[in-house]
Amino acid sequence: MKNSINNAFKAAKKENRPALISYTVCGDNTKDKSLQILNSISKDLDIAEWGIPHNCPTADGKDIQNSSYRALQNGIRLNDIFKLVKRFKKTKPSKPIILMGYYQMIFNYGEKKFIRKCKVSGVDGLIVVDLSFPDNKNFAKLCMKNSICFVQLIAPTTTVKRMKEIIRSSHEMIYMISTISTTGSALKYSIKRIIKNYNFIKKIKPSKNVVIGFGITEKTISNLKSADGLVVGSAICREITRSLRDRQNPVTNVSKLVRKLKNKII
Amino acid sequence: MIKLKKKTPLIDQHDKFGFYGNKFGGNYCAETMRKPIEDLSKLFEKLRKDRKFLKKRDNYFKHYLGGETPFFKLENLTKHLGGAQIWCKDVSAINGDAHKAYHATVNALICKESGKRYIAGDTGAGMFGKNLAMAAKKMNLKCKIFMGTKDISRQAPNVKFMRDAGAEVVPVDSGSKTLVDAVSECMRHYVSNCDNTHLAVGSAIGCNIFLKICAWSTSQISRELKKQLIKEFGEIPKLKLINVIGGGSSALGFWNEFIEYDKKHVELIGVEAKYAAPLSTNARVAILHGAAQYCLTDKEGQIAETHSLSAGLDYPGSSPLHGLLKDSGRARYTNASDKEALAAFKLITKLEDIRPSLEPAHAWSECIRLAPKLKKSDVIVVNNCGKGYKDKKIYIEQLGYYPK
Ligand SMILES: Cc1ncc(COP(=O)(O)O)c(C=O)c1O
Repeated sequence: MKNSINNAFKAAKKENRPALISYTVCGDNTKDKSLQILNSISKDLDIAEWGIPHNCPTADGKDIQNSSYRALQNGIRLNDIFKLVKRFKKTKPSKPIILMGYYQMIFNYGEKKFIRKCKVSGVDGLIVVDLSFPDNKNFAKLCMKNSICFVQLIAPTTTVKRMKEIIRSSHEMIYMISTISTTGSALKYSIKRIIKNYNFIKKIKPSKNVVIGFGITEKTISNLKSADGLVVGSAICREITRSLRDRQNPVTNVSKLVRKLKNKII
Repeated sequence: MIKLKKKTPLIDQHDKFGFYGNKFGGNYCAETMRKPIEDLSKLFEKLRKDRKFLKKRDNYFKHYLGGETPFFKLENLTKHLGGAQIWCKDVSAINGDAHKAYHATVNALICKESGKRYIAGDTGAGMFGKNLAMAAKKMNLKCKIFMGTKDISRQAPNVKFMRDAGAEVVPVDSGSKTLVDAVSECMRHYVSNCDNTHLAVGSAIGCNIFLKICAWSTSQISRELKKQLIKEFGEIPKLKLINVIGGGSSALGFWNEFIEYDKKHVELIGVEAKYAAPLSTNARVAILHGAAQYCLTDKEGQIAETHSLSAGLDYPGSSPLHGLLKDSGRARYTNASDKEALAAFKLITKLEDIRPSLEPAHAWSECIRLAPKLKKSDVIVVNNCGKGYKDKKIYIEQLGYYPK
């Protein structure tokens, strides 16, 4: 297994801070723009997540829906995404990139072909929102065989028994959903409760890198500093929406936002 | 070819992952939903064996929904078409005006049993929304209905029903602003509120448990029909059961008791809307709203837009159970255009006293095509699953009148 994701966590740990992970939608608002955004923010990131837009995203809130919609309107296809990943990795070979999407996009493309393409383009990890345990066992194995980290999710509703099974079958990174919600809503639970859930997961297997995501913004990020990693998605997508609306350059605005996020966790 | 299992109810023919024939269904959902749907599955499996619960359901069906719906011969239409005998199972006579009344009521009962106080559902034609709103009111539940803005405007009479019953109608303005978007938004609402909200999915779609609850509830239709047929004919005659297919809940209910009959004895015919017809146009299998199913997509795998005058049929997917019935060869699927459905409505209402909504008008269209080719001894039964009042405005726009 190649170690780019583990290394990213190690590097952050050395600096005594959580890994900063962005989520943007590939192709938002155009193919080139989305690559420019990622290139520009990557200096402040430890790991980049790129969403594969789907037009029936049943677990996403308004902000990510808007981003996906723009990307699809501008004609993004899965093959474009692989090409863009390749271009990104060409200049930043050690920056891990995780693709995140819905299973339909993979199913339609063909699991094996999809994984092969991920491998040759340099994808380091995959999150498939609607392919949960235990239905994801075979796919996770296929990822493992191809040195791709399959990231599983744990929600506040996940039972302890299930949590243990998920952790046992997980690769190096686990994604903890902060609250009962789709992406992009405000945190419904207190920071204390979220950290308690996080610690509970960590205790089961301390060697796994556990990141917290959903609802993290500039305002809340510093309170969650004790996690291995923090994912900010909707807040960034919202900034792209705002920039486009105000006819400003999303690249500079998003870069500024990500810099601010980084400053809050160092 | 998939083989159906003998002596196993259709809804129970899945494996432990919720797949029918290794191909359809499953539970493609966010991790957050896993525990709530598992809890719901356990509750449902308990309730369907619980005599007290079944009695309660039957009481609601009898006293609240008005009991057995009529079954009668359409003499004029039979004479006019000059072939098979044509019979009508008039499910639209139910209190609630459509088969959606059964699973709306059952969902509200299950919600009550689960101890949740909120119930949320999607709707296209507004039939499920209206019935869920009424059942929620009856059982003292807080109800939210998700509906595309295009459907809110074209099915206005039902929206009024929902609001009058005290439900909150949440307009969904994304995508095509129709049922597919309403279901997505309702699922998102559930993902965010599954700790206190029961999700009532409007057709036999979604993760395994949702389609099971739905088809289990609507199967009341075929239980009644079987008795009515035996009373009328002394046996189950050589039959063709014609039903419209949107998601497929009414057809599953209409066919459930007849699945084990040989198809030469009881033929099952599903009729889709022409431009929303995954089952009859060889669409590929795709994952939509939590399940693998025949579904219209583009080459990239994005869910395709559909077009139908009928809001209840304007949906790109189909029940995984219909995938199973198609691939096992047990049912066959065809489609009818807007125009054909309108022509069917015109003829039926000229000759008979029933006033079908646009959805069953599609089934009537297939009946009109088929009957003249058959013999007098052949019996066609059409599920007249919805009342036409909700489409009055559309009928007037398209035909220039709405019959008395
Ligand atoms: C009267 C009627 N028939 C049919 C349908 C289509 O749904 P299904 O195929 O699930 O019965 C609807 C949907 O709203 C409806 O209102």
